[in-house]
Amino acid sequence: MIVIIDTGCANLSSVKFAIERLGYKVTVSKDAQILQQADKLFLPGVGTAKEAMANLIERDLIEPIKNLTQPVLGICLGMQILAIASEEGFGDQPIIETLGIVEGHIEKMDVAPLRSPHMGWNQITPKLDEPLFKDIPPGSYFYFVHSYALPVNECTIASCDYGSPFTAALNKDNFYGVQFHPERSGKAGAQLIKNFLEL
Amino acid sequence: MLAKRIIPCLDVKNGQVVKGVQFRNHEIVGDIVPLAKRYAEEGADELVFYDIAASSDDRVVDKSWVSRVAEVIDIPFCVAGGIKSEEDARRILEFGADKVSINSPALADPSLINRLSEKFGVQCIVIGIDSYFDEETGQHQVKQFTGNEDATVTTKWNTFDWIKEVQSRGAGEIVLNVMNQDGVRCGYDIEQLRQARAICNIPLIASGGAGEMKHFADVFNDADVDGALAASVFHKQIINIGELKAYLKTQQVEIRL
Repeated sequence: MIVIIDTGCANLSSVKFAIERLGYKVTVSKDAQILQQADKLFLPGVGTAKEAMANLIERDLIEPIKNLTQPVLGICLGMQILAIASEEGFGDQPIIETLGIVEGHIEKMDVAPLRSPHMGWNQITPKLDEPLFKDIPPGSYFYFVHSYALPVNECTIASCDYGSPFTAALNKDNFYGVQFHPERSGKAGAQLIKNFLEL
Repeated sequence: MLAKRIIPCLDVKNGQVVKGVQFRNHEIVGDIVPLAKRYAEEGADELVFYDIAASSDDRVVDKSWVSRVAEVIDIPFCVAGGIKSEEDARRILEFGADKVSINSPALADPSLINRLSEKFGVQCIVIGIDSYFDEETGQHQVKQFTGNEDATVTTKWNTFDWIKEVQSRGAGEIVLNVMNQDGVRCGYDIEQLRQARAICNIPLIASGGAGEMKHFADVFNDADVDGALAASVFHKQIINIGELKAYLKTQQVEIRL
């Protein structure tokens, strides 16, 4: 069973459609028991770290997600909330504590004189022989939309450069994450989702 | 390097793709889903759908087609037209759109931009601006309710002041549509876009005036915009997107092939 974790943030359906286009059935759920029974899980995210974490807390999903042992793929904000904390707060809550599964803090990208957000198609540099990037031609473009990012660290399995290098994809144990949107990255993105589902 | 984007725009009216000249006399071009799919397959980097009647008719876009588009295409797309509240935006994003674009409602209530960007993140909030150059006064004016000629009004905003205002309120991207050029296919307004670029620190998309491939090279190389939007040249198959992108590569424009 493939499950998309219902984070309450918008844009679950584009991830769902992308998986279905590959011929798989997929369930959207916020039920901890269903999450536990899944073979593969997606943690999507569009919105802000504050909103996403508030939704996970409200749904009692923090511990169930941390305890997952099957492959999990965080997408965009879903990747960012795997880190320890995010600077993407507002007002009286400038730092948002996130899931703390992966090392590192999400920082506002320093891109000047380039434009922010980092929006559009960019190329990435994956590590050699990463199964997530199997059969994806070097130089392929992926679609990014974000203004916060995880600096490159020991969990980074692909990096991208926009103003400075940042983590485009990461892996720690069973947890994977991509900063770009594979569901919106044409053929290369479809291949990446397929690779994850075949892990 | 970040690629420059080629963005076909599909004007939607009553569930059909339409195109008029200088915002008037809309003719039906075709169904939404097959056209969206065709553009994605030809190599479009992104699609924009404008429900051109939604703002001026005081109704929200019929959203069933958003989901149908999201099912078949694997590139990002943005939906515009009549989005007046967080709830309107949430519904469209939940149907699978990647971004929402706000035009007339942002002019009516600029605080909408702040609320939307705090709720959904700046990256999915696009502000569409319809700019008209008044030759008599030499002013660049922002127009509102341009989907319906009878309802169109000139706002108090100068185009460049409004560009600064929407950025300060949390816009994530600006689509600057130069109305004087719309549908006439004689080139983007490079001068106006260059001025806009100078004060725009977020992605800027040029709109209005594309007629031949050289116009795209010019707008990227001379006005340094992040994307170029066009409608009629793609709908009428005057320019093929794949050929356009191959040409732009030869013109030293960073492009995704």
